[in-house]
Amino acid sequence: MAKVAAEVNRKDEQENVATLYLDGREIQVPASSSVLEACKSAGIHIPTLCHMDGLTPYGGCRICVVEIEGQPTLAAACVTPVREGMKIQTSSKKVREARKANLELLLSNHPLDCQLCDRNQFCELQDLAYELGVRKIRFEGEQQHHEVDISSPSVKRDLDRCILCGRCIRTCSEIQSVFAIDFANRGFESYISPSLGLPLGESVCINCGQCIHACPTGALSEVEHVEKVWDALNDPEKTVVLQTAPAIRVSIGEPFGMPQGTISTGKMVAALRRLGFDYIFDTNFSADLTIIEEGTEFITRLTQGGVLPLITSCSPGWIKFMEHFYPELMENVSTCKSPQQMLGAVVKTYFAQKIGVEAKDIVMASIMPCTAKKYECQRDEMRASGYQDVDYTLTTREAARMLREKGINLAEMPEEDFDEPLGLSTGAAAVFGATGGVMEAALRTVYEKVTGETLPKLDFMDVRGMDGVKEAIVDVKGTPVRVAVAHGLGNARTLLDTVRAGEVTYHFIEIMACPGGCIGGGGQPIPTNLDIRMKRIEAIYNVDKSFPVRKSHENPAIQKLYEDFLGEPNGEKAHHLLHTHYSCREKM
Amino acid sequence: MEAVKGENLVFSEVDEILEKYQNERTPLLAVLQDVSRKWGYLPRDVMGYVAKKLDVPSAQVWGAATFYSFFETEPVGQYMVRVCKSAPCHVLGAVNVLGTLQRELGIQVGDTSRDGKFTLQATSCLGVCGVAPAMMVNDITYGNLTEERIREVLALYE
Repeated sequence: MAKVAAEVNRKDEQENVATLYLDGREIQVPASSSVLEACKSAGIHIPTLCHMDGLTPYGGCRICVVEIEGQPTLAAACVTPVREGMKIQTSSKKVREARKANLELLLSNHPLDCQLCDRNQFCELQDLAYELGVRKIRFEGEQQHHEVDISSPSVKRDLDRCILCGRCIRTCSEIQSVFAIDFANRGFESYISPSLGLPLGESVCINCGQCIHACPTGALSEVEHVEKVWDALNDPEKTVVLQTAPAIRVSIGEPFGMPQGTISTGKMVAALRRLGFDYIFDTNFSADLTIIEEGTEFITRLTQGGVLPLITSCSPGWIKFMEHFYPELMENVSTCKSPQQMLGAVVKTYFAQKIGVEAKDIVMASIMPCTAKKYECQRDEMRASGYQDVDYTLTTREAARMLREKGINLAEMPEEDFDEPLGLSTGAAAVFGATGGVMEAALRTVYEKVTGETLPKLDFMDVRGMDGVKEAIVDVKGTPVRVAVAHGLGNARTLLDTVRAGEVTYHFIEIMACPGGCIGGGGQPIPTNLDIRMKRIEAIYNVDKSFPVRKSHENPAIQKLYEDFLGEPNGEKAHHLLHTHYSCREKM
Repeated sequence: MEAVKGENLVFSEVDEILEKYQNERTPLLAVLQDVSRKWGYLPRDVMGYVAKKLDVPSAQVWGAATFYSFFETEPVGQYMVRVCKSAPCHVLGAVNVLGTLQRELGIQVGDTSRDGKFTLQATSCLGVCGVAPAMMVNDITYGNLTEERIREVLALYE
């Protein structure tokens, strides 16, 4: 109801201003504001729990209650529209007591073992208990118990920690349009469930992990590979190789207190080397390799009449989404493996040969901003050497956890370089971490390969930024190449529906499952929000600018890899190692 | 009530139900009610089929199916006995009603008798607080329940 009222208000009074009295202070706000927005604009902090910017207000947790003069009951600020002349008390005794009581009720059905929770110190529920000064819980009663759901390769669900705020549900439906989960049952028995009460691993969940960022508690987290990587590092028989994704270097400083948007490539490599990895390579190297393979695939399709638009395949969450919801576009999706998988395949063949170690004795680990990468590396198709291309995938958070356990403070590390030869990359690879980046990197190469001329300007500003769907027309020597970029699967759905309906024709489409691209991935440090995403993106483009070489096809290590080992781009060997296929999945 | 038959047959029957509500803006509940009436419960593959046909995410169908206590997601007996567990009935002895039924039917709440005849469920308010404690057997409501009256009612279904 409140939402409907807010919408009506928004329509009628778009231009209007309302005067309110917040704690006796007169302020003016747009008449379409909610009380919460009004308080925020006046610099008054209202605690919230079920509210999250970018999602429909829900009004479920009752933590944001305020007292409105003339109204008998307290109102949830997030779903209450402002009214002319409204008199609001935000910290009266009644308000403070109610907030505290509501929080205590939530805590009475929550395990109080913060020390054992992976969200310790990064938990909104914990913060709120501190903020509101909860010292004891007056309510004792039955608690809900569920088995921990570890059926998914990516996302672990510990429903005993769930406070039913529904932020994961709204993220999954409103941002990602996957609708994998919803509330089931009622009242005290309510819980969040995939369809038919099935475990998450058997649902349409695409493993993006955006629900983890939405979760205010430790109910949702990644399926950890930390112990497996420690075991590999402690095994003298194994050569342990690590790769780090483009987005890690602009975010891994955050858990160590470095400012958001800090580029910490050198410190990151130094810190990780001290964990004991034998070789540290750069996923950026294989991002360059992806551009050569995918660029070649695009040029072939463009010039020889193949299926267009070509759609990128780097984002495993997007790939599973496509397999469930857009199987008819399967032929459009590039057959290229993602950079993570390409590097794994190259390490276990080319590099294994080079150092004289058998593939079976190599453990390939990765640090990814992504929870879906955990699922991708376990896909049956991803075994070019006969062994898994990539064995274990750590999220940025897990990598920080390992460093913490070893007592390494990344912020205090010296700067070190990636190992040769699979550590060398270009600025084009760097931008893979941001929405529009794969497209930009591809255009830099495709333009020069097709025209044989040097690209006058490397920056494709039209495909950058946080707009949900971006479009550009690139003039490739007289041929207009139409491209589109979408990030967040809700935006992807909007774009793909227009493509499917034949309303628009594109030549090339980039899709990344997560808002902002990989820098906003489900494996990134908590918190990850719009503001932080934008800072990381800015850092990504600064990494690009810092490189002398900013085009994938000019990477000398890539050129050498083709000469020494792969042969031709899209050739037989490249196809065997670096390309894959997809399968149709149930829609429900 | 019928047992779930071969897949195609079932789905053609679901199609009939879907057709009935095709002009509704939000037909989900009405469809689930008809499905429930037909099979006594909501078979899982029927829920999947309904979700697909109505283009409603199946997690939402599951949400609706589990929210309402009159929807069952597991097969039930020929007669569904629902005992009101809301406050007025509780005060006037719903616990005894439940105890009597469990004894008479030889089953616990949530179970179905071995002959497939009775399923026993506790439910939210039936809206007949004036004659509490109350229960329903399929679509018929019985109030002012005593041990004796419960036995009389059950005898009607033997």
